[in-house]
Amino acid sequence: MNGRTRPRPRRLAVLVGAALLLSACSAGSLGSSSDSGGGETLDFLIGNDESAVALGEALVEAFNATNQGVTVTLETRPGGSEGDNVVKTRLATGDMADVFQYNSGSLFQALTPQQQLTPLTGEGWVSTLQDDFRSSVSAGGEVYGAPWGASLGGGVLYNKPVYERLGLSVPTTWAEFMANSAAIKAAGIDPVVQTYGETWTSQLLVLADFHNVAAAEPGFAEQYTAGRVKYATSAPAIKGFQHLQEVHEAGYQNVDFASAELEDGLRKVATGEGAQYPMLTSTVIQMVANNPESAQDVGFFALPGDDAATNGATQWLPAGIYVPQTTTGAKLEAAKTFLNWVTGPDGCEVARTAVPPTGPFATAGCELPADVPAAVADFAGYVDDGRTSPALEFLSPVKGPALEQITVEVGSGIRSAQDGAALYDDDVRKQAQQLGLPGWD
Amino acid sequence: MTTTFEPATSREGPAPRPPGRIRSGVRAGARYPYWFYLPAAVVYLVLFIVPTVVSFFFSLTRWRLIDWEFIGFENFVMFFREAALVTGLVNTLIYGVLTSAAKVVLGLLLAVLLTSNIVGRDFLRSMVFFPVLVSTVGVGLTFEALMDPFGGVINNALEAVGLPGPGWLTNPSYALLSVALVDIWKGVGLATVIYIAGIVSIPREYFEAARVDGASAWDNFRYIILPLARPATTTVIILSLIGGLRSFDLIWTMTGGGPGFTSDVIASVIYKQYQAGFYGLSTAGNVVLFVVVTAIVVPLFWWLNRKEAEL
Repeated sequence: MNGRTRPRPRRLAVLVGAALLLSACSAGSLGSSSDSGGGETLDFLIGNDESAVALGEALVEAFNATNQGVTVTLETRPGGSEGDNVVKTRLATGDMADVFQYNSGSLFQALTPQQQLTPLTGEGWVSTLQDDFRSSVSAGGEVYGAPWGASLGGGVLYNKPVYERLGLSVPTTWAEFMANSAAIKAAGIDPVVQTYGETWTSQLLVLADFHNVAAAEPGFAEQYTAGRVKYATSAPAIKGFQHLQEVHEAGYQNVDFASAELEDGLRKVATGEGAQYPMLTSTVIQMVANNPESAQDVGFFALPGDDAATNGATQWLPAGIYVPQTTTGAKLEAAKTFLNWVTGPDGCEVARTAVPPTGPFATAGCELPADVPAAVADFAGYVDDGRTSPALEFLSPVKGPALEQITVEVGSGIRSAQDGAALYDDDVRKQAQQLGLPGWD
Repeated sequence: MTTTFEPATSREGPAPRPPGRIRSGVRAGARYPYWFYLPAAVVYLVLFIVPTVVSFFFSLTRWRLIDWEFIGFENFVMFFREAALVTGLVNTLIYGVLTSAAKVVLGLLLAVLLTSNIVGRDFLRSMVFFPVLVSTVGVGLTFEALMDPFGGVINNALEAVGLPGPGWLTNPSYALLSVALVDIWKGVGLATVIYIAGIVSIPREYFEAARVDGASAWDNFRYIILPLARPATTTVIILSLIGGLRSFDLIWTMTGGGPGFTSDVIASVIYKQYQAGFYGLSTAGNVVLFVVVTAIVVPLFWWLNRKEAEL
């Protein structure tokens, strides 16, 4: 009996061995085929949101058609904090794609660029970058990123027909904004649209107020990074939290604010069901896709502060394209070729046409098309007039992860503005310590 | 060890081992040499012991995945200062106790019902167990849609009969309870099955003797089923309490700990720290969770088992 049963496991072992051999072979041959083809293959990791994928596909297709001996293939990852973890983990384990797209500013700083990314300071295109963007992808005096797509504005999307019908004008102070809102509420329209079903949307009244903070307190960002000013104790900075509380207490929010999602909010402001929606211009694409008439009907104004003279918008800079240190040799050269093309006129042309731009670009000579939606044109107007500041997250590596929960609480009346700001200061402290910044222990 | 003693004869083959050579006094029942344990030990060491020890270590550091800095107990200090943690701790206890208690009561009642002679018993048994088989995330997303205060099926139904439906998941006072409700719905099937097994294993003689003595249905329940299903109760309490204390997936998919921090539990607080890249801090949180669960479950287990032994 023993004699008959024994061969079986042996045959199994042979099979397993063969399978192992086969798989080893195929992995090896895959690696060598890309080398022997003459060209280099680059793996490019981008976010999986609709506009990023559209832009990525258009860029890659146009670039591959130029036949520079480099073929780029796309790979997508989730967005939000899940995406942050994918990027951090892949970098830490040396498993990152050859080139990848990721936020600039504080999230970029959290990647510890000096240890994990390849500096690109010597590249020709670096000199064409706008200063704000360049500093948002720089660490320790080196530039690490090329711009990905357009910048965006943070402020208020408003329904122009509602404003016209009620004879209102764009507010330049918070008092005017509240007065407008009172008139809008009297007309039976939701004055301020809020959508806490998607928590990140609750942060706009605080984050997009930063131009006003910077105008009232120049040097806030440096002081903030050094841990010397706090939201709870800085008079200009706490305003954003207070505004959120005021809007809730005045009953200016839409009745379903706690469960509504971004799409609902965009629909409300597009159709005039709601009049004003504190939001980013990046959402205009989605709004126009769902409600084509909103391209003309919905405009943009900067979140008003105390002083009409310094009124201006907060700008979110484009994300960056980075090269990890694990990309070396011929791959690194190929990556530089790709970035050189993306930042050049051809790359600009693709970025202008492939997806509707959300705001001005970060490279010199790359202009917005003439037919952008009204909201984007309004925002570009602020940029042209020089009435913008980069959002705090591009000036300081310090950004707390729990702001969206805190603003939901303040905006829902669960927590007071003062409490919320103090809680955010605690939250931020953890981030600063994690980054090893001085002055936070 | 034993390999050095026995094999010489046994490997030769056909000659049967003389019975006298079995050293039953020294290693009773140990048929296999110690190195047979080795594969299992290696797996256990690499996959359980090493990560556990390593995580205790990293909870004492500020960890950036690529490097770390030793900071002593600072993570624990910070974790306990975390504003959401106090809410989280209280919510965890409420959630664990509430779901566990409800599963015990409902599970027992359902089990009594489903062991009696009712029509369609097998069908009903599968109906009760069905939610256990469904993915928790799927259940969470479905109920999130059903519980939507505007246009959700539940509130529409309530409205049809003239009742105002609350904001199940958006009202800070109800959010955690709504999630607990769904957790009970999803988990009661398992409790029921454990109770059914417990009740079925009670010898019929007790019921027959009780009938002779003229016991009512309530007497049967109170004096036979309840005490003799005690092992089942212990299992259900322990399992559902551990499950409730470390519950995460349902809460995360339904409310994300919200609105704000109002339905956060320890596990979701830890997850958010991890998401934010505070790896050392979230590891410290896991150590805290481990200690809390152990501190509650071990004494409870000991107490329940002692009671059982007394019976």
